[in-house]
Amino acid sequence: MNFDKELDARGLNCPLPILRTKKTLAELTAGQVLKIVSTDPGSVKDFQAFAKQTGNELLSSTEGGGEFIFFMKKK
Amino acid sequence: MAKKLAIIASKGTLDWAYPPLILASTAAALDYEVEIFFTFYGLQVLRKDVGGLKVSPLGNPGMPMKMPFGPKWFQSINWNIPNAIQGIIPGFESLATVLMKQTIANNGVASIETLRDVCVESGVKIIACQMTVDLFGFEHSDFIDNIEFGGAASFFEFAGESDITLFI
Repeated sequence: MNFDKELDARGLNCPLPILRTKKTLAELTAGQVLKIVSTDPGSVKDFQAFAKQTGNELLSSTEGGGEFIFFMKKK
Repeated sequence: MAKKLAIIASKGTLDWAYPPLILASTAAALDYEVEIFFTFYGLQVLRKDVGGLKVSPLGNPGMPMKMPFGPKWFQSINWNIPNAIQGIIPGFESLATVLMKQTIANNGVASIETLRDVCVESGVKIIACQMTVDLFGFEHSDFIDNIEFGGAASFFEFAGESDITLFI
């Protein structure tokens, strides 16, 4: 999937992946896509909740090799 | 209109400094308007130097005492030290605090300073209880900038129109 910016949230624990995502999204313009890589298993549910509450669209959420990859489209 | 979260933070230990700051910073990331009223021991979280925040396993049977270093089998041991022993060992709380800080770093958990900075940067309104400032003999200069000083009425002004209120 194409993306405009990548956020490496590996090794960070709750709530840092969400806080860093919020900060990084602020640097993008509406419609741009942010890729986030996390190692926090709790982030799967958290990114769904973040998208639902902020209106940013979670395009995909995948898991592999102990990493969780999210693509989020800025509102 | 943005949802509102009002929190009273009343605890002054390293472990209990986390919940109000985690919830406030996350709520701000979710576009909530957030206010935290720091009162009694909670004021310790607002001091310029939070290096004095400690964790105490004394009288806290829920706290695992595990070592944050060494082989995995060693780290998994829960050192069950009786209260009576903890109480007579000088510096026991300082030791527990050092171990806790290492565990926090090992797990990629943010420091108190980091979470507090995020709160301030993301517009969380912080109010320090003036009455407790007087009671404990603190000066305004003991605390970080960007906070206000007020009383119970100022908490209710915001809490009264909040969607969520928490006492921590």
